[in-house]
Amino acid sequence: MRIYILLTVLLFNSGWLFAAEGEMLYEFSPDLTDQQALQRGARTFVNYCQTCHSASYMRYNRMGEDLGIPDDVLLENFMFGTDKVGDTMEIAMSAEDGEKYFGIAPPDLSVTARARGAEWLYNYLMTFYLDPAKPTGVNNLVFRDVAMPHVLWELQGWQSAVYHEETGEDGELVRTIDHLEITSEPASKPQAYQGESYEQTVSDLVNFMVYLGEPIQLKRKSYGVWVILYLVFLLVIVYFLKKEYWKDVY
Amino acid sequence: MIKYILALRDWIDARFPLMEEWNKHVGQYYAPKNFNFWYYFGVLSMLVLVIQIVTGIWLTMNYKPAADLAFSSVEYIMRDVEWGWWIRYMHSTGASAFFIVVYLHMYRAMLYGSYKKPRELVWLIGMLIYFTLMGEAFFGYLLPWGQMSYWGAQVIISLFGALPIIGDDLSLWIRGDFVVSDVTLNRFFALHVIALPLVLCGLVVAHILALHEVGSNNPDGIEIKEHKDENGIPLDGIPFHPYYTVKDTVGVVIFMILFVSVVFFWPEMNGYFLEHANFVPADPLKTPEHIAPVWYFTPFYAILRAVPDQLGGVIAMGLATVLFCFLPWLDRSKVKSIRYRGTKYKLALTAFTISFVALGWLGMQPATPFFTMLARGFSVIYFLFFLLMPFYTSTDNDKPVPDRVRV
Repeated sequence: MRIYILLTVLLFNSGWLFAAEGEMLYEFSPDLTDQQALQRGARTFVNYCQTCHSASYMRYNRMGEDLGIPDDVLLENFMFGTDKVGDTMEIAMSAEDGEKYFGIAPPDLSVTARARGAEWLYNYLMTFYLDPAKPTGVNNLVFRDVAMPHVLWELQGWQSAVYHEETGEDGELVRTIDHLEITSEPASKPQAYQGESYEQTVSDLVNFMVYLGEPIQLKRKSYGVWVILYLVFLLVIVYFLKKEYWKDVY
Repeated sequence: MIKYILALRDWIDARFPLMEEWNKHVGQYYAPKNFNFWYYFGVLSMLVLVIQIVTGIWLTMNYKPAADLAFSSVEYIMRDVEWGWWIRYMHSTGASAFFIVVYLHMYRAMLYGSYKKPRELVWLIGMLIYFTLMGEAFFGYLLPWGQMSYWGAQVIISLFGALPIIGDDLSLWIRGDFVVSDVTLNRFFALHVIALPLVLCGLVVAHILALHEVGSNNPDGIEIKEHKDENGIPLDGIPFHPYYTVKDTVGVVIFMILFVSVVFFWPEMNGYFLEHANFVPADPLKTPEHIAPVWYFTPFYAILRAVPDQLGGVIAMGLATVLFCFLPWLDRSKVKSIRYRGTKYKLALTAFTISFVALGWLGMQPATPFFTMLARGFSVIYFLFFLLMPFYTSTDNDKPVPDRVRV
């Protein structure tokens, strides 16, 4: 019987049983060609995200090598928990403590960009809004009832939801969120991060997280070009070899 | 130098049937001279098998088959092992490529009637290869220990639980635990890297031996052995080597260009080859919103979901794969190739092809009521293709078949 219930849930209800999460307000496609943007993203990551989130599969010196950050700068500005550049990007907080503080341990962010996608991350970081019903005081448009507080609030300020009211077919009042806007309550004075717009900061951060998900992608495609060039060259040779041999068949 | 090599060959030949076997299977194996595009997929299947075995060996050097280490060991391979990312992407792309070339190889047999007498055993051994391959892919998919690995395995193993009487015990026996766990991962690893590859290699040898016993079919579906010259060599046959070795090399290089394009430029293939949700570590307490198998299983998954009854769905899914085995006997036409088949078979095969592709797409979508209705319709067409085959093939308006192949 238990099997049947499990099967019913997994096979027949998956997908539409869980209401689809919010639509994406912002379009975003990652760009990893700007090394300085990736460095800025790394800086935001270690200063804000890495307070609670680890990136346990990433080594500081690999990041340094890929993003052109020398070891002394890494030690000075990017590493706060360790002084060995070969270490992975861990955090001091234990998973148990994380669960105690937030109700759920903050997940490791090494491959989050690959699981969620860059556009989702961008929208996630852009769409925190005030929601007094939540323990953190905020909710999120793409991650409903998320346990994470709006860590970047001092860069963005607070947003509040502007609702759209409509009378549904059954005469009931339906309230949906129309858009978000920056509010002045409570004391919401965004301080631009070193003169950047919040969009810029988030964009850099998401680009960095995309890199973080798969460090080799900065080089992978350029290897591919050479491999394919070699194979095309080989194709020409084997094609004429085949043609030569097959002369006597036709 | 040549002298010594020939002496070595003769030394071996006196003790081992080296030249005899070479001539039988390569040097003097006479293949029809009219092979077309569809005849590349046999050699490509062997190529992908080799890619999978070689990259698999290297992956096992750093992979750890333990629930608490598996996910991070894959990321270790992706980041810290020299060229580990390349080996892993070759293997993950190879898994999908394997099914692409095998499906096309099987479809070739359906186009040109390659399963028909005298090649029934070639076809049946091929079907065993296909079933083994499905098992191999299923076991391998658990190993990265992501959310889709975990819940996909959970669903598939639960299917055995739908069988009457033995169901619960059977699924428990497969899992080795009450839920998919470290124990399951360990045994799947053993099956994936040792048991099934051994079976696969043995079956591939049997497949080729059986083929070389009866000789290859061709796009005209004409037996070339029926017209031989005075030396007993088929008039429309050419030695496999050098003709098809050089021709297959061209196909292999073209395939490799496409293959490495995926490996280097689109390794995730937009979520079709590497599913996004599988980048979240397995969590036994959190069921993903949408569980879908990898694309190569989705036609059968769509059939499973299309049947309202659980047990019925499992049986229908099993039947959908097993029915292929009966093709040599379901097909009553005297003509092998689609070139000389009548209208009915052409229509039936077209309807089947559309259904298979549509079911594959539907298997990736959420099971909404509309999609479920569609899946039911296509499932019916899928089964009717097989079940009605004796009738429409025996009454078809087949065309006369010429004596000799066209080039």
